[in-house]
Amino acid sequence: MFESLQTKLNAVFDKLAARGRLTEQDVDVALREVRLALLEADVNFRVVKQLVARVRERAIGAEVMQSLTPAQQVVKIVHSELLQTLGEPARLDLSGPSPHVVMLVGLQGSGKTTTAAKLALSLRKNQNKRALLVAADTYRPAAVTQLEVLGKQIDTPVHSEGTKVPPPEIVRHALQRGREGAFDVIILDTAGRLQISEEMMRELEQIKALAKPQEILLVADAMTGQEAVNVAKGFHERVNVTGLILTKVDGDARGGAAISMREVTGVPIKYLATGEKLDGLEPFHPDRLATRILGMGDMLTLIERAGETVDKADAERMSRKLVKGEFNLEDFLGQLQQIKKMGPLTQLLDMIPGMGRMAQDLAPDVTDKQFRQIEAIINSMTPQERRDPKLLNGSRKRRVAKGSGSSVMEVNDLLNQFRQMQRMMKQMSSGGRGMRGILDMFR
Amino acid sequence: MFGLFRKTPAQQAEDEARIQASLSKTRQGFFGRIGSLFQANEVTDDTWDELEELLIQSDLGINAATALVERLRSRVRKENIKRAEDVRAALRDELLKLLAHPPLTNIDEPRMLTVVLIVGVNGSGKTTSIAKLARYYRARGKRVVLAAADTFRAAAIDQLKIWGERTGVDVIAQAPGADPGAVVYDAIRASQESRKADLLIIDTAGRLHTKYNLMKELEKVHAVCARQVHAAPHETLLVLDATTGQNAISQARHFKEAVQITGIILTKLDSTAKGGIVFAIEEELGVPVRFVGTGEKAEDFAEFDPRAFVDAILAA
Ligand SMILES: Nc1nc2c(ncn2[C@@H]2O[C@H](COP(=O)(O)OP(=O)(O)OP(=O)(O)O)[C@@H](O)[C@H]2O)c(=O)[nH]1
Ligand SMILES: [Mg+2]
Repeated sequence: MFESLQTKLNAVFDKLAARGRLTEQDVDVALREVRLALLEADVNFRVVKQLVARVRERAIGAEVMQSLTPAQQVVKIVHSELLQTLGEPARLDLSGPSPHVVMLVGLQGSGKTTTAAKLALSLRKNQNKRALLVAADTYRPAAVTQLEVLGKQIDTPVHSEGTKVPPPEIVRHALQRGREGAFDVIILDTAGRLQISEEMMRELEQIKALAKPQEILLVADAMTGQEAVNVAKGFHERVNVTGLILTKVDGDARGGAAISMREVTGVPIKYLATGEKLDGLEPFHPDRLATRILGMGDMLTLIERAGETVDKADAERMSRKLVKGEFNLEDFLGQLQQIKKMGPLTQLLDMIPGMGRMAQDLAPDVTDKQFRQIEAIINSMTPQERRDPKLLNGSRKRRVAKGSGSSVMEVNDLLNQFRQMQRMMKQMSSGGRGMRGILDMFR
Repeated sequence: MFGLFRKTPAQQAEDEARIQASLSKTRQGFFGRIGSLFQANEVTDDTWDELEELLIQSDLGINAATALVERLRSRVRKENIKRAEDVRAALRDELLKLLAHPPLTNIDEPRMLTVVLIVGVNGSGKTTSIAKLARYYRARGKRVVLAAADTFRAAAIDQLKIWGERTGVDVIAQAPGADPGAVVYDAIRASQESRKADLLIIDTAGRLHTKYNLMKELEKVHAVCARQVHAAPHETLLVLDATTGQNAISQARHFKEAVQITGIILTKLDSTAKGGIVFAIEEELGVPVRFVGTGEKAEDFAEFDPRAFVDAILAA
């Protein structure tokens, strides 16, 4: 069930370690797993080859072969190579006089229109810039209307001229309007097109020539497979893109396409787009994407989310209790309520390394129902019982069951689970390993 | 009379030509190289490695690719195949075996009202494919009605209505934000009563398969169909973008669990992508490809033909 690269490598090296010293061949066995993991994440196979070669060079050195934790070392090297390839996050270049023209390009269905609106909103909210959205997709039915509707939702003007005027012409007028209206940024939403469509690519060149965009952003779907390389190369060769936006990152795609596109274009990833709500545009964090590509979940987001909802002092009080083994059902209830505040459980599990699979099997309404039942059971206990569950004998359990509308078996289940949890927590805290300990559990 | 709607040999040839044409635009692509791979005289270890890589490049996925190469290798050994030409034939055969021979789509069976539910992630090509299906079945004598159950995405209803006009079929819609289940309920009633339709195709909002609430919503829409019409939806088709990589398996799995998809429409085959992931989906989930999309126009569409697909893939 836990399929992160780390787990697989652990298995490989455990087997090898039994034989003693690691050899170069051993490292190669491990690198095969690395290759697999990257391919599974949709990194282009040529890019994988280069990456693995670089990893090998470093791994063959003393770093891995003499390490007591070779699996961890390999993961570290892979991770750092991925980081290198993903590069530093870069911001939108809005230097010089305004209006700045930003042109969005990409395949059909990659998410340009939604992203254009998200970008306009983000520019206003975070940089106090006024944007003009330009509906230059006259091909897809109702694409113009779509942008107009989105513009209204975020209270941003949209320049549109229906579908009869050629896109370069529309853009020309929009530039004029952008200058006259003292807009800071002009965002061009172009039609989706295949990079092999000569006619459509020529149109893009035309628009570029007359609008002289400061940024040309390739909008690409995080679910893209091996073809990401050809797509990125095709667009880059024709219009020289200046940055990448990866969309639909809120799904469960590993997003290896980002690596491929970075490698062939060399331009930075500027944003990650998540969700259909218009505030879903995030700055790009290379480290998160790297761990995600390696199937190691998105702990950072989880921790950040926890930070937003969990009260610090409360958390510290709780961890002291944990260490002392004083964690009782009352605290348990409190914790559950905290977790509930963080969002649907399945979403949370998705972010924990290796737990994604499990999340797929869980239905939140079931979980929510369970949550409610657990709450009901604990609420039917007296304060003393909550603090000291051992008090709960047969007749007390029957009373609790009745009060909470559940069966005695369900009460027992809860108590068992609670005891298990208590044990786990004691182990974790006695090891004093904190977060590391938790991470290890999920390996 | 429904036999009339089976594909005639001429139609079959036309479909094949279309797929061939769209795939041959990318002849320089990697599957094209598979053909030439076995034109060399000798099949060596390198040849096998290269084959595996070429298959991976076509998004077959690492598991399907390695398994396929393994099978082919042992077959070549066992049957003592020597000539490169014959290895190629065996490869074609193995690829074909991966694609089941799906029974003729359920859509053609005689019944009062056939309901087809179209689902998929955002931007995969659902609405366009619906226009294509509408045109396709209208040309085969069906009275088609479309239901605009994507009430969420901006201008999705307008988009479907434009396609309805272009293809000459009615669109049943409510206001943006309306309950998709209610739209479907209405559309079924209208199809049965005023419109006298025999084929209802339902457009749904794009949704990532990991979104719990949206998948629940889809289950509800599915349930409305089932409640209103016997054995409906008669087909639930997942629209899959051929440029999708390994994530397609997760998509198919989730949509299958939620609404028991019965087939796939593989879109954007006119791109450089090969859509090789459908081999893995067939093998792992048993969901066959039914139709392919090969462009943005309503006529860029064909019934899926495994032989044409594999041949196009192997064409050198
Ligand atoms: N080249 C090509 N483009 C296609 C094909 N099918 C659809 N498209 C394009 O892909 C884009 C998205 O298509 P839609 O039909 O709107 O996709 P959808 O799944 O309905 O999108 P949402 O409803 O937003 O989730 C449009 O620009 C279509 O023209 C195809 O077979 N080939
Ligand atoms: Mg749609």
